[in-house]
Amino acid sequence: MTEDPADRTAGDAAAGPADAVTCAGLVHTFGETRAVDGLELSVRPGEVFGLLGPNGAGKTTAIRCITTLLPVPAGTVRVFGRDAAQERMAVRRLLGYVPQQLSADAALTGRENVTLFARVFDVPRRERAARVAQALAAVDLTEAADRLANTYSGGMVRRLELAQALVSAPRLLILDEPTIGLDPIARTGVWDHINAVRAATGMTVLVTTHYMDEADQYCDRVGLMHRGRIRALGTPAELRQGLGERRRAEGTGGDALPTLEDVFRAVAGSGLDESSGDFRDVRSTRRTAHRVG
Amino acid sequence: MSEAPVAPPTASADPARERGIGLLVQPPQPRAGWRVLPARVVAMCAVELQKLRHDRTELYTRAVQPALWLLIFGQTFTRIHAIPTGGIPYIDFMAPGIIAQSAMFIAIFYGIQIIWERDAGVLNKLLVTPTPRSALITGKAFAAGVKSLIQAVVVIAIAAVLGVALTWNPLRLLGVGAAVVLGSAFFSCLSMTIAGVVLSRDRLMGIGQAITMPLFFGSNALYPVAVMPGWLQAVSRANPLSYQVDALRGLLLGTPAHLAADFGVLLVAAAAGIAAASSLLGRLAR
Repeated sequence: MTEDPADRTAGDAAAGPADAVTCAGLVHTFGETRAVDGLELSVRPGEVFGLLGPNGAGKTTAIRCITTLLPVPAGTVRVFGRDAAQERMAVRRLLGYVPQQLSADAALTGRENVTLFARVFDVPRRERAARVAQALAAVDLTEAADRLANTYSGGMVRRLELAQALVSAPRLLILDEPTIGLDPIARTGVWDHINAVRAATGMTVLVTTHYMDEADQYCDRVGLMHRGRIRALGTPAELRQGLGERRRAEGTGGDALPTLEDVFRAVAGSGLDESSGDFRDVRSTRRTAHRVG
Repeated sequence: MSEAPVAPPTASADPARERGIGLLVQPPQPRAGWRVLPARVVAMCAVELQKLRHDRTELYTRAVQPALWLLIFGQTFTRIHAIPTGGIPYIDFMAPGIIAQSAMFIAIFYGIQIIWERDAGVLNKLLVTPTPRSALITGKAFAAGVKSLIQAVVVIAIAAVLGVALTWNPLRLLGVGAAVVLGSAFFSCLSMTIAGVVLSRDRLMGIGQAITMPLFFGSNALYPVAVMPGWLQAVSRANPLSYQVDALRGLLLGTPAHLAADFGVLLVAAAAGIAAASSLLGRLAR
């Protein structure tokens, strides 16, 4: 279970090297837009950390800095103590990454898709087949392993991508909207596999999602991001309870305990934000939803 | 809510072993130094071969155009005797040019694949692996070379059926393979460089179509450099396709060639292409 967030707030992000992820004063701008604006974040080893926020909050930019896809122009990003700006290759060896898009190669079989990632992570030939088979078995794709990925359902493709990420034994698994567009059964299936592998391997999971129910159910702690910074941090129960207490103190809420979505609205506001996500974000999200749907 | 294990991953090996996934808690030993590059090249080439094994449609459809060039253009111009070829039949003279052209056509549109991979998230996923950008581009370039090489085998077979007097010396054929792979590596890097500049499939398609024919007609693929006007000779000298065709002609037909210069230019061009495409890969990752 998680610790009291009062013990470790967002402000102590410059914590020790034992943290799975540490962002301190991270700033990233695209032209005039400050996508990430002084982000302070620490993710503890072994936890499932949910990074939530509206479109355009800076979640994806932060993830891209952590995964070394983007440079770190200001501030520091560390993964298990390794500097993401200075030690890119060392950081990448610690990561498994599942992007938002359905990124398995449809022209290859499931086994070939996973084998490619075994090769680029330098899995030696003598153990490659066994390791690929274990990664596929971990996500229940053994029977479908030799079928082309274009015959897979959306949930199966997501599980295949999970196998691709797991084959290198990552210490940190980063999932960007892993269940977008999936039906509730497939979503549960994906999360069940993530949790089972995490329980067996002890890896840390950093996930972005728009589904508040998922964050509530599966994340040990969540960070609510808005306008490039973490605006609320803690376990889902703590965040709900905190909002409930504030509402009672202000006399604006009833007796019902707020949901995580209420917390999300309280942080991000419920009005339309003209700067929320760009055309490419929306197109990418719709394309992914269309492909899995 | 899920329980967060407090033990580090290595200490969790037993539950993983019980679940039959014991290997998934042991990170592989990283390759270091020079061994990274060949390993990534092999990985990318293996993917191309696997794709061709699953679907050979492209191989067959791409064989149509070179077959028509040889069958119609080659046989007709052989009868006309309009182009000086140094005493060999025109169809023999043009066959190496058509091999180079069909390989270039595959490579010059390779950038479209990298833009598709960007849109599908595949590129970002590969960029989060311990693969330097230059190694990723080199891997892609040689994968394009493997694809072109298989295409070249098909065109050589068609040329042989049409009676072109080709060499079957294994060493010379090895040289042919090297010339095809190096030329394709350059043209695929040219394509990936343009992809890094224009960032869109439609624009790349337009530019690819705009430069393909000038590259082809501005080379010695269809006629010797000596019959070209001065300005076109200058273009031909700056065109790596000319050096590829010269090498292929010398190796396949035994005509006088400048093999050292040809391979030197192809090597330098491929290296420059890899450097240019690698430097622009970051634009595609954003």
